Amino acid sequence: MTFLSYLISGISLGSVYAIIALGYTMVYGIAKMLNFAHGDVIMVGAYVSFVTTVNLGLHPIVSVVAAMLVCTILGIVIEKLAYRPLRNATSLAVLITAIGVSYFLQNTALLIWGSATKSYQSLITFEAIKLFDGQLVIRSEAIVTIVACIIIMTALTLFTSFSKMGKAMRAVSEDKGAALLMGINVNTTISVTFAIGSALAAVAGILLCSSYPALMPTTGSMPGIRAFTAAVFGGIGSIPGAMIGGILLGIIQIFSTAYISDQLADAIVFGILIIVLLVKPTGLLGKPIREKV
Amino acid sequence: MKKFKNIPGQTISDFITYAIVVIAFLIIQPMKSAGLLSNSFSGLLIPICTYIVMAVSLNLTVGILGELSLGHAGFMSVGAFSGIIAVISLDGVVTSNILRLVIAMVIGGIMAGITGFLIGIPVLRLRGDYLAIVTLAFGEIIKNIINCLYIGIDESGLHFSMESAAALDMVNGKVIINGPIGAVGVPKISTFVVGFVLIMVTLIVVLNFKRSRTGRAVMALRDNRIAAESVGISVTKYKLIAFITSAVLAGMAGTLYAMNYTTLAAKKFDFNTSILVLVFVVLGGMGNIRGSIIATAILYLLPELILREFSDYRMLIYAIILIAVMLFTNSIKVKQFAEGVKSKLQSVFKREKNKNKGGATE
Amino acid sequence: MKFKKIASVAIAALMSVMTFASCNGGEDTAGTIQIGVSGPFTGGAAIYGTAVKNGAEIAVEEINEKGGLQFSIRCEDDEHDAEKSVNAYNILKDWGMDILVGPTTTGPSIAVSSEANADNIFMLTPSGSSTDILGGFPNESGVVEIARKNNVFQMCFTDPNQGTASAEYIKENNIGTKIAVIYNSSDAYSTGIYTKFIAKADELGLDVVSETSFPSDDTTDFNVQLTEAKNAGADLIFLPIYYTPASLIMKQADSAGYEFKYFGVDGMDGILTLEGFDTSLAEGVMLLTPFVADADDADTRSFVEKYKAKTGGEIPNQFAADAYDAVYAVYEACVKAGITHEMSSSEMCEKLTAVFTDPTFVFSGLTGTDVTWSSTGEVSKPPKAMIIKDGAYSAM
Repeated sequence: MTFLSYLISGISLGSVYAIIALGYTMVYGIAKMLNFAHGDVIMVGAYVSFVTTVNLGLHPIVSVVAAMLVCTILGIVIEKLAYRPLRNATSLAVLITAIGVSYFLQNTALLIWGSATKSYQSLITFEAIKLFDGQLVIRSEAIVTIVACIIIMTALTLFTSFSKMGKAMRAVSEDKGAALLMGINVNTTISVTFAIGSALAAVAGILLCSSYPALMPTTGSMPGIRAFTAAVFGGIGSIPGAMIGGILLGIIQIFSTAYISDQLADAIVFGILIIVLLVKPTGLLGKPIREKV
Repeated sequence: MKKFKNIPGQTISDFITYAIVVIAFLIIQPMKSAGLLSNSFSGLLIPICTYIVMAVSLNLTVGILGELSLGHAGFMSVGAFSGIIAVISLDGVVTSNILRLVIAMVIGGIMAGITGFLIGIPVLRLRGDYLAIVTLAFGEIIKNIINCLYIGIDESGLHFSMESAAALDMVNGKVIINGPIGAVGVPKISTFVVGFVLIMVTLIVVLNFKRSRTGRAVMALRDNRIAAESVGISVTKYKLIAFITSAVLAGMAGTLYAMNYTTLAAKKFDFNTSILVLVFVVLGGMGNIRGSIIATAILYLLPELILREFSDYRMLIYAIILIAVMLFTNSIKVKQFAEGVKSKLQSVFKREKNKNKGGATE
Repeated sequence: MKFKKIASVAIAALMSVMTFASCNGGEDTAGTIQIGVSGPFTGGAAIYGTAVKNGAEIAVEEINEKGGLQFSIRCEDDEHDAEKSVNAYNILKDWGMDILVGPTTTGPSIAVSSEANADNIFMLTPSGSSTDILGGFPNESGVVEIARKNNVFQMCFTDPNQGTASAEYIKENNIGTKIAVIYNSSDAYSTGIYTKFIAKADELGLDVVSETSFPSDDTTDFNVQLTEAKNAGADLIFLPIYYTPASLIMKQADSAGYEFKYFGVDGMDGILTLEGFDTSLAEGVMLLTPFVADADDADTRSFVEKYKAKTGGEIPNQFAADAYDAVYAVYEACVKAGITHEMSSSEMCEKLTAVFTDPTFVFSGLTGTDVTWSSTGEVSKPPKAMIIKDGAYSAM
């Protein structure tokens, strides 16, 4: 029974990672950049939701919409101001700019909302499910997170497979130059990608803080790095890969804490990641890199 | 003057790099001993030396070898803690502090090199972002393990434990590394002179590496791995050589750093420290050693001295400057603008020259 | 090449500016005793540094209003990092600091205390709690590794003190029969209290059924630790951690349907003032703390009032109160020793050290009455045991 309860905790934690990882993977797949500021967009989303529910007393659904709206705009603005001028620069230059944006968001949040931790109030209000006479408890946040994760992944897969914009995204990710020649507006496509990624970040922020309600300016950075790891684990650029990577990472983290060593949990998680990457050098579902001679 | 024309441009460039470091040292050192420097500035000298060595050594991996490493602080950590163990173990055995520091640095470098070797074998099989994430993972693993490590010394030698300081089971012993608390009571024996010497050693190693047969092989691998392989360059061997050299230098920098503070915890060497050094490297220019030195000095001083005036807005302004510099130095538009100005200036200059020439012949 | 040339000229200019930058600082420091404060104002630990800064600034304002001795204060960010804290300390020294009230957190305090000791600048840390800051304490095998730093004192309890006091309190009042401990294995403060607690609990015969830890400050998921405590049949969880993770633990225990009693240390203070926190989760939480914000003595009320006005409605935690007290303790000691602003920092240091180790120097403040210091640098003030009832502290 304990095993099952750990498994559920792991899937729940993993689903949060998975949603964040989906945002990472989308942006990476299309813009070919590691957006290290993604974790901080999550933090902004959570703060917006906190302000709208606790300080303004609005309905939870309004707060979700508000958070998604703010993050979408933020994502587009960041892309336009900081990343677009570097479209043809080296990927490392973009990486460092993303780190600059990350510092910027964290310190702006610090100035606006202060350093004191805020306790996020879960937007999920229904009761936990109790099975086997209360021996196995499935927390309501876990259920919502897992369901949300599956919905988002399915929606994204359908979107990229069938919609016109989705096809454009895949074309840009395959070959930017050729896409341009085919009459696809690369800039718009990348902007839309950032908009979707950031809206996802807002959802991720809300779900992250619903399950783990400690909100401060650095809330997003560690989950962001974890989720990035998860995205690589599953094969970066692959949407189902991000989901599988995220959930596996969550399960591994919980199981290694429970059954191996709580002090060395981080080392074990990263150790397993390394082993997987050695066996499958492009992640679980990543495309093999073809070498051109 | 004609003699100098035969010297290749690269040699002159290297010479300028050495000269900058030596001149900076020759200006700062006398001022320091004369007490002309402010406390804050002289307090920053050793960390700057450390970060310069870190940046130059990371540039070897990122710029010359062409692989993104996000776990460089891990090597610094290994070097720092093995250096601390060496220094405390040698307490009373070696009386000269400088000698003790140098021995510790060598040991720190060797330990970091061994770690680099162990990590390099699996890591260098991967490529691109996958390699980056694995270096990040190793950095986190090193941090986590040192956080749980207890090391002590007594008359019977070194004691290790992963449980607690009490489990070291020592008689009249000293606890050197105390788990998450880290090392406390580290002797402060680092000096600016040693830091300067370490920078010079690093420069000699890296600049000569770049121009050696090995260095050319490494750069060939960076530019076109398949072509390099086809002419018989061993990928693993040359990549490992560069990676280990970089790790050894980072380890030595770690020892220098550790001996400048009385306390050191593994937490310090996290992902953020690795990123900080990477920022220095990228802003200084990939593969550009002189750039790394200059960028490190400026970027380290920026938040620690100049922006202190802005108190609450300090880190925010730092972030804005970072973004602005990246945009300014990498944006195509800015580059085109700079090129335009340059060519205009050149044409004006040429016209002037031609006019003068014309005047002379007449 | 052009860019590089400009860059090198810029550095040269920069360096020359910086070398002589020590000459500035023309703020109103004339005729005052200069108090330096350092702590993390940015990054993950910013909350503690900000509290200390605000607390200390309020105290300085009050003291200056009284007339008499005048203080000026400068606060520098150390990002909860030993390296940056030494940089901050040097900046303060250039400013002309006479007395150091800081740093805020343990690691930086250890690094800075050796500097302050070497420079002979009096240091009173409001909230650095490890004994390594003071020096002179024996380690596990009875060896004193760090010599006592004579001019360094603490305003808060030491870690071992809290660990043993907690174990004793639990034993005496028979609060729990089966005890679980959850601590932060990457944190010096938490591990320090945990080790002493376990040692004392063994000695007293307390039944500790589960000891679990979490590996970093960023850990958010505690289901495993809670399930282990539950399976071991624990009824009381001892939490030698700060209130942010503690609030997560209570929330997760609640949503999993576990019912525990909790016992915390001074880091737990602040849990009730966490914005948005459902205080009913913390019902019945017990903690040993020197300060509670809703105590109804006049001093505390006036302090809380001023703190709220200064910060736009935030409620002070024990860090703020310790900093406030630390500045007042320094002030009273200055008065007692007859210190004037003309004295050098080293002269002040000698006199203040003498006063602080003098058993007749008794201080009363927000965090305790009849507070004294011993020559070891430790503070002696009784911890108050508090229990949370109806969303407020009340004495036990």
